[in-house]
Amino acid sequence: MTHLGVPKTYKLFIGGAFPRSESGRTFAVRRADGTLAANAALASRKDGRDAVVAARKGFGSWSRATPYNRGQVLYRMAEMLQGRRSEFVALLTQGSDAGSDAAGAEVDAAVDRLVHYAGWTDKITAVFGSANPVSGPFFSYSAPEPTGVVVVLAPTGSALLGLVSAVAPVLASGNACVLLTDQDPCVAVTFAETVATSDLPGGVLNVLTGVLAEVAPHLAAHADVNALDLTGADPTLRASLAADAADTVKRVYVPAGTPDFTAPPGTARLRAFVEIKTVWHPVGALALSGGTSY
Amino acid sequence: MTSALTDPTEAPSSGDALPSWTTDVTRNESSLRRFLAGLPGVDPVGIEQRAAALATRSIKKASKLAAIDLAIAMVDLTTLEGADTPGKIRGLARKGIDPDPGTEGVPHVAAVCVYPDLVEAAVEQVRGTGVKVASVATAFPSGRSSLAVKLADTALAVRAGADEVDMVIDRGAFLAGRVGLVFEQIQAVKQACGSARLKVILETGELATYDNVRRASWLALLAGGDFIKTSTGKISPAATLPVTHVMLQAVRDWREATGQLRAVKPAGGIRTTKDALRYLVAVREVAGPQWLDPHLFRFGASSVLNDLVMQRRTQLEGHYSGPDYVTVD
Amino acid sequence: MTSTHLDWDYAPAPESPAIGAVRDRYLPFVDGVFAEGRGPDLDTVSPGTGERLATVSTSGREDLELAVAAARRAQQQVWGPMSGAERSKYLFRIARGVAERARELAVVETLDNGKPIKETRDFDVPTAAQHFFYHAGWADKLQHLGLGPDPAPLGVAGQVIPWNFPLLMAAWKIAPALAAGNTVVIKPAETTPLSILVLAEIMADADLPPGVVNVLLGAGDLGSALVTHPGLDKVAFTGSTAVGRQIARSLAGTGRPLTLELGGKGANIVFEDAAQDQAVEGVVNGVFFNGGQVCCAGSRLLVQESVAEEFLARLQARVETLRVGDPMDKNTDVGAINSPAQLARITALVDAGVSEGATAWRSSCPLPERGYFLSPTIFTDATASMRIAREEIFGPVLTTMTFRTPDEAVAKANNTPYGLSAGVWTEKGSRAMGMAAALRAGVVWDNTFNRFDPAASFGGYQESGFGREGGRAGMAAYLRTDDEPQLAPQPTEAGA
Repeated sequence: MTHLGVPKTYKLFIGGAFPRSESGRTFAVRRADGTLAANAALASRKDGRDAVVAARKGFGSWSRATPYNRGQVLYRMAEMLQGRRSEFVALLTQGSDAGSDAAGAEVDAAVDRLVHYAGWTDKITAVFGSANPVSGPFFSYSAPEPTGVVVVLAPTGSALLGLVSAVAPVLASGNACVLLTDQDPCVAVTFAETVATSDLPGGVLNVLTGVLAEVAPHLAAHADVNALDLTGADPTLRASLAADAADTVKRVYVPAGTPDFTAPPGTARLRAFVEIKTVWHPVGALALSGGTSY
Repeated sequence: MTSALTDPTEAPSSGDALPSWTTDVTRNESSLRRFLAGLPGVDPVGIEQRAAALATRSIKKASKLAAIDLAIAMVDLTTLEGADTPGKIRGLARKGIDPDPGTEGVPHVAAVCVYPDLVEAAVEQVRGTGVKVASVATAFPSGRSSLAVKLADTALAVRAGADEVDMVIDRGAFLAGRVGLVFEQIQAVKQACGSARLKVILETGELATYDNVRRASWLALLAGGDFIKTSTGKISPAATLPVTHVMLQAVRDWREATGQLRAVKPAGGIRTTKDALRYLVAVREVAGPQWLDPHLFRFGASSVLNDLVMQRRTQLEGHYSGPDYVTVD
Repeated sequence: MTSTHLDWDYAPAPESPAIGAVRDRYLPFVDGVFAEGRGPDLDTVSPGTGERLATVSTSGREDLELAVAAARRAQQQVWGPMSGAERSKYLFRIARGVAERARELAVVETLDNGKPIKETRDFDVPTAAQHFFYHAGWADKLQHLGLGPDPAPLGVAGQVIPWNFPLLMAAWKIAPALAAGNTVVIKPAETTPLSILVLAEIMADADLPPGVVNVLLGAGDLGSALVTHPGLDKVAFTGSTAVGRQIARSLAGTGRPLTLELGGKGANIVFEDAAQDQAVEGVVNGVFFNGGQVCCAGSRLLVQESVAEEFLARLQARVETLRVGDPMDKNTDVGAINSPAQLARITALVDAGVSEGATAWRSSCPLPERGYFLSPTIFTDATASMRIAREEIFGPVLTTMTFRTPDEAVAKANNTPYGLSAGVWTEKGSRAMGMAAALRAGVVWDNTFNRFDPAASFGGYQESGFGREGGRAGMAAYLRTDDEPQLAPQPTEAGA
């Protein structure tokens, strides 16, 4: 006697919870052979708004967390992803013609990518910051700080590795993220479930599945979004979203070409979503020098 | 208003009623210490940069001549050497009365400043000229003696006719936190001064921080000092612009708090006209134009007078003067 | 013999305009040559007097094409291939040249811009020289920037700079661009074209190869044509947020790197335990430096309620001592507003503040009868929703609000779409550090304000712009830094 399976409903991930789309809309995800794999939530403009609210809240605690803590959480995400390896292999093979070897390699690479960024969290300030030798009696330093709420359009063609490669650097420096994907929603939402069990505070990562062209313009224009990663958009959409983003002077990251996520990632994505803050503090002479300290 | 300020007998003195909060804070040593510690801090970099910025003020033409005259009139022409003699004092006094003989309109200095045993010689010389006699006292310059000796020293100067007494505070006691002791000693010396005006030398070079300069300034003002004075001239650094800024802020704030006008005297290290004018700019900008008055601001100096005289001639004659054309006294 | 209370005040101490050696007519600098532009002539006015200072020949579209082509040629044939060590020597030469002609530059800048000679002499010009000197040193050390082993220049940079620090902004823009191996087409503001032309002379005298730096003259339409020119590889703009938005919009989808240094509404936060006298100085310097015509001005004073009354009294007393007037007088603290248009904008916002119910206090310092001047103004009783508390005034106008607790101060300071600067005044070290971390601003000054150095990166959060100038981050803005690995371009169908 065979056991009748219990199919999963793929919902959105907002503020640490898994709500349906407020619009009630879903769309069908089909296997390579055309059979129904699942129904996924089709995110709306209002879901986007809710995700931004959640992300802003998540940003508060995540940006203040110690880099060591952020590193541990990212490493925990790698552990959780490793534990779900077979589930992701199954998902990656169901939606495409990828073989299980290739799918396994993608999951392994995604795990390694998270570990890579887990090790970055407590280096970013040292590598991209500086003590500034200013000409005056001041201690001046410049240090990168997270930009804020970053909307990431998930890269195409690399459902798990591309997603992880885009999200991890955003999170590593302390940003909160709203991930919008029109790629395989099953992979994205299952990744959200992985994240939900990784000690990442609610709202730091939010996942919306749906149609980029429908939701992204609202996020690009949203005044409480600080930055956009447009990797997942086509050139036309990139141009219109960048134009939408101009009204609130958002930071916009567009890769120079088609990223090769299988290669070591470089630092461009890490540097794209930080703000260099310079702080000045007087250094007083320890005696009444009469002004010789300057 | 100006005449009242310039006449010591009519100026507000520490004998006037002080607001009642001053009684509260001076009730005992711990209340005094708490008050002084509660004064706003001084950021050293900020005050030094402000002083440097003000020092770039440019004074030209008629203003410069007026400023030089004012500076001359503010000089406490000083000699404080073991080798001082009545003859030396006589020369100094003549110089103070008429800094540039043969030139019209040069003001006399504010005072000559000498050791107590030479006050008498100085008084004899300056009588009727308007030049005052100031005397250091209280075991100058270290202040390391008993209160009885300090009071006797003061009495000696006052009896000999000193118009002003320049006392030193016990820096050791101040740095050890015994502010009550310092307060009482200033009060006692003030009493011993009678009608003589009291200058309280903080010896800022030994206080080491601007915060301490501010606290010591308030301590001296609370205890009745008519002047707060930077230095004995025996310790380096002596007067500096930023230290003087802090003290000018103290008298400005003291007036705000009590309505009384008290005076400031930087001493030591002011050698050139340029130095002196920078101080006058600081007086004007920090305390206010009201303090541009020999009653409320003095320079403790000696060599600066000749430079002021030379620069004054340069202003009038249109060419530079030389040291052989002013007297060495 | 008068022995008491001699009357004394400052007499005017004017710098001589002759030192500026201002000529009657100035020309754009393209491809190493000062030549007549194809645009209409434009008069530049001295804000201190309101009188014509000089006439400049402006650039037409054809001049823009020539300049971009010259810059391209110079980048590809000369400046790009040149060794970093050689580039660095040119920049050192320029630094020296600026220092040697410092007094002339200070006078020209003051005459053309209206800011006090004290500032141009002690800040604008020496800091401009320092920027060239600092960046000169980077030219042969690009591999040490932390951007990979061999960072490449972007190519031709189009730069548009504002009128508030004409020479210094030119240095901020040109020095890093050149150090990185780029060439430059730059346009100064139409009200302040002169000092950059003296700088162009210095560069020509330094034998900088033709086309490496091209200076176009003209108004906003030329600037707009420049920044949208398809022949550029990099655009850098300093100016208003409104124009910055337009530029970002017009460059959307081009992938052209952009640096924007835009407006601000900086908060200067004074705690009850601050060194009060220095805080007063810092607030004064924060909003009256360059007459408040500074993007990072501390135009919002947030003072702790417990000391607000006393602090404001001290502040007003101090502002009363500011000498407003002839910019050429060495004793002037606050000079002229740059243009009648800017004066009108400031006045309109001040009027709005009054009509919204804030109390305006104005310094009683007499203003000159000619030229464009405004009394230093302090608004009290302002509330967060008033225009004077939200909009950049860009003038000698301070808006004062109070707070009770540190977190309230942070909330109020961060309550703005801008994020360029902030000041914190407290003697408590832990609080200073905590505030510096919590303030969302690109530069935070603890117990000081308006300090700048080429070694310290400068730039904004949010609508104050993006990208940095100065320091390593400033160099990164002029180099190819996208080190993300890319897939080889997909073969076409035909080739497959």
